[in-house]
Amino acid sequence: MAVTEIKNLTMNFGPQHPAAHGVLRLVLEMDGEIVERADPHIGLLHRGTEKLIEHKTYLQAVPYFDRLDYVSPMCQEHAFALAVENLLDITPPLRGQYIRVLYSEITRILNHLLNISAFALDVGAMTPLLWWFEEREILMEFYERVSGARLHSAYFRPGGVHRDMPDGLAEDIMAFVERFPAMIDDVEHLLTENRIFKQRTVDIGVATAEQAMDWGFSGPMLRGSGVAWDLRKSEPYDVYDKMDFDIPVGKNGDCYDRYLIRLEEMRQSLRIMKQCLEQMPGGPVRSTDPKISPPRRAEMKSSMEALIHHFKLYTEGYHVDPGETYVAVEAPKGEFGVYVVADGSNKPYRCKIRAPGFAFLQATDFLGKGYMLADVVAIVGSMDIVFGEIDR
Amino acid sequence: MNQNLQDLGDYLKNAIPDAVETVSQDHEQLIVVCRAQEIAAFLTFLRDDSNCLFKVLIDICGVDYPEREKRFEVVYHLQSLRLNQRIRVKVECGENDIIPSVCGVFSSANWYERETWDFFGIMFSDHPDLRRLLTDYGFDGHPLRKDFPLTGYVEVRYDEEQKRVVYEPVKLTQAFRSFDFMSPWEGAEYILPGDEKADEAAEGGS
Repeated sequence: MAVTEIKNLTMNFGPQHPAAHGVLRLVLEMDGEIVERADPHIGLLHRGTEKLIEHKTYLQAVPYFDRLDYVSPMCQEHAFALAVENLLDITPPLRGQYIRVLYSEITRILNHLLNISAFALDVGAMTPLLWWFEEREILMEFYERVSGARLHSAYFRPGGVHRDMPDGLAEDIMAFVERFPAMIDDVEHLLTENRIFKQRTVDIGVATAEQAMDWGFSGPMLRGSGVAWDLRKSEPYDVYDKMDFDIPVGKNGDCYDRYLIRLEEMRQSLRIMKQCLEQMPGGPVRSTDPKISPPRRAEMKSSMEALIHHFKLYTEGYHVDPGETYVAVEAPKGEFGVYVVADGSNKPYRCKIRAPGFAFLQATDFLGKGYMLADVVAIVGSMDIVFGEIDR
Repeated sequence: MNQNLQDLGDYLKNAIPDAVETVSQDHEQLIVVCRAQEIAAFLTFLRDDSNCLFKVLIDICGVDYPEREKRFEVVYHLQSLRLNQRIRVKVECGENDIIPSVCGVFSSANWYERETWDFFGIMFSDHPDLRRLLTDYGFDGHPLRKDFPLTGYVEVRYDEEQKRVVYEPVKLTQAFRSFDFMSPWEGAEYILPGDEKADEAAEGGS
């Protein structure tokens, strides 16, 4: 009998593939339909953000954070703003903190809307994407009304937020909070008990709690494995300690649990938004220190001092005393951290960005080994990968 | 000064004096400088000791200080979920030094070390797969070093005649401008043009 030689097939997945969530190039070693080894090649969207920030003033660095994870821009600005505030030793006014928490939660819903619906699309359900993109557009309108831009808002700045919310916006957000649970229910009816969806996600890409910690997971990926951990509870920043909300925790650490957690997080976000709107006090929204935040327009027309401050802030910026800090926020994807080293000048000496997706993606090999090719797509979908933040 | 962190720092200093060089705090965050050769043992201790339990390696990154004798710092951020604490471990490293890899301690260290190698050229021994990670295939140099120019050395474009992407030296249509905002009244480290004459005059006059 002739001996047939069986060779593993090396397959290239992406970088231009709809299920690659951007520009993921995955080199897969296949034994038939089974994945033996997955080697992600990243860096196709590398823009040198960290290097660029070293050459910009602290204020000019803010817009770069929008462009990292372009699905949840404001949460990343939040991390940078908190880091610089920590270095400067300032606390933004209470109203500014409430607005930041409100918009962080809008961002969380914005992110989960895209992730859950794109994940469903990856495993074969098209409808959620079509339904929820309409809702995303409404949320981006809230972004636009407060900052002037739908996506790259540059709204959270060190010292608070750029401008106060316009009249009528709070009422509109409240109306959205009242109306939106029905939209979550609609998609939940489609997916949660759906036989096909469960066949594609239950017991796929399982990580135990120990493994999840070993691989540096955070956010829904860590909570899916049964670790009750959320930075909003454990290291509350801004006014999260005044909010009443629950942290959903999974049991099995599979793709299905991560989906359920994200779904529940959206409901909890609505709770936080409602509390923010109800409790929000009046007053200034950004630091009143003229060395940190610019003067009001009207003031500049009559005050020489204000004009000088404005000019100095937007050319030179402010100097930050030597020191270093690491500040992390609970971004929708997980722990997003910024490590800033200041050297006393007006530019960060080093700004290291810790992206949650980076840690998830390197676990692709460990999570996907032994599963089918189609399951790797589900695993990558459940990780919530966005290449802007991974490639930086 | 945070007393809990201070206690933890003192505990570490006593428990493994071989590894810990200095313990300090900055903005209420604990910083431990560790000897390079001991880093893997030190992180294993931090992970397993019942008073530490730093089970999550958040990040590894490099920082470049060209004026120092050992120009790089490798910074490890760890987090303890059980005790809700964070710690920053630093290792000093010269340009030709080799740092022991901590892949065996934390699986997540793999890509973090690859990234540090890619950006700074810091070598890690015993790393299973120390390839470039984020820069282009065939990239030359280590872009986050302070002596690497912001614009880089090469740029790419698609060449219609050769029907492929070609690499060319960077041509800037406008010179790169770096504005100097250091105030001469607040500790600028250079001599203003003209100021050197004052010294000459003083020397010539005496």
